[in-house]
Amino acid sequence: MTEPVKLTLQCVAVLFACVVVGLLPFYIDLFELMQYTLFCSMAVLALSLGFIWGFGGILSFGQTAFFGLGAYSYAVAAINFGDSTPAIGLAILIPALFALALGYFVFYGQISDVYLGVITLTVTLILFNVFNSTAGDAYTIGSARLGGFNGMPAVPTFNMPFDPSNILFPEQSWYVTGGALIAIYVGLRLLLRSPFGRVAIAVKENETRAALLGYDPRLVKLLVFVIGGAIAGFAGALYVNWGAFVGPTIFALSLSAEIIIWICIGGLGTLVGPIVGCFLIEYLVSQIGTQQAVNSNLVLGAILVVFVVLLPKGLVPTIRDGLLALGRLGAGRSRRGDAARGHEIVDEGPAGAQPAGAE
Amino acid sequence: MTFTRRKFLKTTMSASAALAAPAISTRYAFGAEDPIKVGSLLDQSGAIASSGVTMVTAMEQGIAEINEAGGLLGRPLQLIQYDTQSNIQLYSQYAQQLALKDRVDVVHGGITSASREAIRPTFDRFRVLYFYNVLYEGGVCDRDCFCTGTTPAQTVEKLVPYAMKNSGKKAYILAADYNYGQITAKWMTKYMQDNGGEVLSVDFFPLDVTNFGSTISKIQEAKPDLILSALVGGNHVSFYRQWQSAGMKDQIPIASTTFGLVNEPSTVDAAVSEGIYGCYGYYEELETPESTAFVDKLKKRWPQIPYISELTAATYEGLYLWAEGVKKAGSIDRMKVIEALEGGVSFKGPSGEVKLDPATHHTVRNAYLAQVKDRKWNVLETFDAVPPSDTAMVCDLSENPDDNQQYVIDIKS
Amino acid sequence: MDLAALVALNVVNGAASLVLLCLGLAIIFGMMRIINLAHGEFVMLGAYAAVISANAGVNIYIAMLIVAPLCVGLVGLIVERCLIRFLYGRLVDSMLATWGLSLLIVGIVTTIFGNTMQGVPTPLGGFSIGAYRTSWYTIFLAAVALVVLAAIYGVLRYTRFGLVARAVMQNPEMAAVLGVNPARIYMATFSLGAAVTGLAGGVLAPVSGITPVMGGAYVAKAFITVVGGGAAIISGTTSASALFGLVNQLGAYFTTPVYGEVILFIAATVLIRLMPQGISGRFFRGTI
Repeated sequence: MTEPVKLTLQCVAVLFACVVVGLLPFYIDLFELMQYTLFCSMAVLALSLGFIWGFGGILSFGQTAFFGLGAYSYAVAAINFGDSTPAIGLAILIPALFALALGYFVFYGQISDVYLGVITLTVTLILFNVFNSTAGDAYTIGSARLGGFNGMPAVPTFNMPFDPSNILFPEQSWYVTGGALIAIYVGLRLLLRSPFGRVAIAVKENETRAALLGYDPRLVKLLVFVIGGAIAGFAGALYVNWGAFVGPTIFALSLSAEIIIWICIGGLGTLVGPIVGCFLIEYLVSQIGTQQAVNSNLVLGAILVVFVVLLPKGLVPTIRDGLLALGRLGAGRSRRGDAARGHEIVDEGPAGAQPAGAE
Repeated sequence: MTFTRRKFLKTTMSASAALAAPAISTRYAFGAEDPIKVGSLLDQSGAIASSGVTMVTAMEQGIAEINEAGGLLGRPLQLIQYDTQSNIQLYSQYAQQLALKDRVDVVHGGITSASREAIRPTFDRFRVLYFYNVLYEGGVCDRDCFCTGTTPAQTVEKLVPYAMKNSGKKAYILAADYNYGQITAKWMTKYMQDNGGEVLSVDFFPLDVTNFGSTISKIQEAKPDLILSALVGGNHVSFYRQWQSAGMKDQIPIASTTFGLVNEPSTVDAAVSEGIYGCYGYYEELETPESTAFVDKLKKRWPQIPYISELTAATYEGLYLWAEGVKKAGSIDRMKVIEALEGGVSFKGPSGEVKLDPATHHTVRNAYLAQVKDRKWNVLETFDAVPPSDTAMVCDLSENPDDNQQYVIDIKS
Repeated sequence: MDLAALVALNVVNGAASLVLLCLGLAIIFGMMRIINLAHGEFVMLGAYAAVISANAGVNIYIAMLIVAPLCVGLVGLIVERCLIRFLYGRLVDSMLATWGLSLLIVGIVTTIFGNTMQGVPTPLGGFSIGAYRTSWYTIFLAAVALVVLAAIYGVLRYTRFGLVARAVMQNPEMAAVLGVNPARIYMATFSLGAAVTGLAGGVLAPVSGITPVMGGAYVAKAFITVVGGGAAIISGTTSASALFGLVNQLGAYFTTPVYGEVILFIAATVLIRLMPQGISGRFFRGTI
C-alpha cells in the first residue's frame, strides 16, 4: 500500500469512527451504551500499552499500575474537590510522574527485555498490596477514605468543566469516552508521524544503531513510557467515571495479563489492533458470564489457546496481510508477466522492513 | 448537519428523563402472565466460586418452590443469574445490565463487601430493589438495600465470651487484611475487653498468603490462651493446617468467625478442625423441620453440594423475605415493596424465624454457637432473635430515609 | 535462643518452599525462554494428584513424591506436544498461550472436581525447640528441596542427557548438526520442569488450602524469583530463593505479613535494577 492510500484509509476510518460515536446513542439502548462506554475506556488503556510496546518496544507487565493510580488519583481528587475537572488533570499528571520516576530507574539502569517486565510486575503487586491494606480509618486523604479491599464507592462522575452541579448524563459520558478514544488514537498517529515518533520506532528496531546516529535511546524510551503512563492514567479516570467505583483489584495481575492478551489478539505493532482486541475480549468475557452451561474459565482459556495456535500475528495484521495478498493477486492477474512480479518484490521490501509503521 | 445544540440537549435530556424512571415507563406494560424477573449476581467461577455456586442453588430452589406454589401475584418468577467470575468490574457491568436491559424487579446478590459496594450505587441510581444475603461487617444504611446476613453484633458478641470462658483471658487475633477482617478484628477486641480479657496482638494477612510459619512462631512467643480468627478464603485454610502440623492444635483453642462458612470442616482433616468454635446464623446440622427439609431438598437436587452454610440459607431466606414483601404489598412496585417490608415482614426459614428490622433494613435472626466435632458442627447454644445492634447504633432509616452509605461503626472499647 | 532457632527454621522453610516452587519454572524459563504462566496451575495439578491418590488409599509419601510429579510430568508432555512446541522463540505468544492454558486447566479441574477438595492430613508430627513447637514437616520440606536440587544438578552436570540438553539450549542448530534432535530435548526438558513443579504441588498439598485457583498465589512470586536468580538454574534459583525467603520471613516476623510481601517485592525490584542479569549472572557465571 502506498503512503497516500494508507493516509486516506486512516482518515476515512477516523471519520467513520466519529460518526459512529456521534450516532450510536440514537440506535442502541442505555445499557449497551454504558457497556460500550466501558469498552472505550478499556480501549484507551489498551492503546497506552499498544503504543509503548508496539512502537517503543517496552513490554510492561504493569500497565495497570498507571491505570490504577490514575483511577485512585481521580477518585481522591474528585471526592475532595467535588469537581471532576482538576481531578482528571491529576489522573493524568500523577501516573505520568510515577512513570517518569519508574522509567528513570529502569531505563537509565539499562534494563530491558523480560527484566523490565518483572520490575513493572512487582511494582504493580506492591501497589496492589499497599492499597489492599488501606482498610483502616488512618488511610484517609482529605475527605476520601481509601477503603482497602472494598475500594471507594460512589465516586463523583464527570461534570461539565468547572461546573460541579452539572453532572454528565450517560450519553454525554459516552461522547466524552468515545471522543477521547478517537482523539488519543489520532494523537498517537500524529506523534508517530512526527520526528520523535520515527526516532522511537528506530530505537525499538535497533537501539545500538539509533544511539550511533546520535539519539539517546534511554531518553526516547523514557518519554514513550511517560506518554504511555499518562494515557493509562487518563483511562483510569474514564473507568471510574463509568463505574463510579475504584478498588485495588484494578492493580491485579489478571487485568495486567488481560491487556497483553487484547494486544496479542488484536495485533502488536498496530494502533487499531489493541482497540479491536479489547472490544472483542471484553465483550466475550461479559457474554460468557450470562450462560450457565459451561465454566467461564474453560471457554475463555480454550479460545485463547486456539487463537495463539491459529492466528499468531493477531487479527488486524492477519486481515491486513490477507487483503494485501488478495489485492496483489488481482493485480497479478490483470497484468501478467515478469514485470508485475518484479514490482511485487520491490513493493514487498519496505513493507517487511518496517512492520511497526505499517497499519 | 442540522443537528443543533438545542435539539441535541433536548434529545439527551429526554433520554435521561426516561432513564431516571425506567420502572414507571416499562413495568406497567407487562400483562399478568409475564414473569416477574429476579436478578442474581453470584460468582460461579474464580476465587469466590466455592461460596457462590451453592448460593445459586438456593436461589434456583427458592424460585422453583415459589413457582410450584403458583408464583407471586399470579405471575411466575424468572431467575436471571449472571456469573460474575470473581471480578468486580463484571459486577458493575452486570448490575447495569440487570437494571437497564433486563429491567429486573429485584436483585439478590453480591458476596464480598467489595462487590456489594460496587453494585449498590448502581441499583440506587436506577431504582432497583437490592438484597444482599451474606454475613458481613455491618453498617450499610440504605433504604433501597436489605442485608439479610448476620453482622458482628449477632455472632462475635456470642462467640468471644463463650470461647474465653473455655480458655482464658488472653487472645491473639488473626484476620484477613480487608474491610471485613479489619472491622471484625475491632469487634473482637471490643468484646474481649468488655469481658475483662486482653488482646495480645492483631495480625492482618493479605488474601494470597499461604505460609504462616513466622506467624505461628510469633503466636508461640506471645503465649495467648485463645486464637480468634477472621481468616478468609482457600489460601488461609493453610493456617489451620500448619497450626495443627506444628502440634499447636491441642495447646491453644481457636474460635473463628469465618472457618466453616464455606465447607472447611468437611475438607480439612478431622485433626485440623476438631474443637474449633464458630458462631453463625445457620448450620446444615440444625435439626429443625425447616432445616432438615431444606437440606434434603437441596442435596437431593444437587448431590455434589459439599456443605450448606449460612450463606446458602440466608440467600434462600432473603428471596422468601422479598416474596413476603411482594405478597403484602400486592405489587412489585419498588417503593410499595419497600414500604411493605418496612411494615414488618418475617419468614420461618431453615435458620428459624427471620424478621426484617425496619430501622436498619437488616434482620433479627437466630444465632447458633457451635464447635467442630468429628468434621461436623455440633451446636452448643442457640440465641433466639438477636437484633443487628451494631448497625442500629449508626443507622435509622425511619428517621433518615435518604441515607445511603456504609458507616464504619466507631467501636468504643 | 530457642526463638532465634525457630525463626531460622522459618527462614529455611520459606526458602525451601520457594526453591521447590521455582525450580520447575526456572528449568522451563532458564533453558527454553518460555514464560509459563500456567506454572501455578501445574502446582495446583500436583496438589490435586497427591490429594486424590492419597484419598484413594495410596500411601501419602508415594502420592506426594511419585504420583504427583508423574501426573504433572505427563500433563507437561501433552502440553508441550500439543501447544508449546509451536511457540519456541516466541516469548509473547508463549505467555498468551500459557495464560489461556491456565484458565483452561482451572476450568477443567473445577468442572470435574468442583470448587473444593477434601484435603489430606499433614504427615509427621510436631517437635519442640525449647518452649516452642514446630512441625517435622518443615524439615521434610527443606530435605525434599535439597534432594531435588541435588538431583537436578546431577542430571544436568553428569549425565549425557544433561550435557546434550545444555548444548541444545545454547545452540540448537549446532546441536542438530551434531546429530541431536532438539525437539526431543525440548520435550524432555519441559516435561522435567512440569514434573518438578508437580512435585512441589504434591509436597505443599498437606499444608495448603486445596482449591482450583490456588495456583494464582504462586505464579507471580515464582516468576520474580526465577528472573531475580538469573540464567543459571541451580545456583540462580537457590540464591534468589534464599535471599527472598529470608527477606520475606524476617519482614513478616518483624512487621506484618503485608509488609513481608511488600519488602520482598521491593527487594526484587532493587536486585534486578542492580543486577539485570540476575544473581547468577553476577556472581555465579558459568555455573548451572
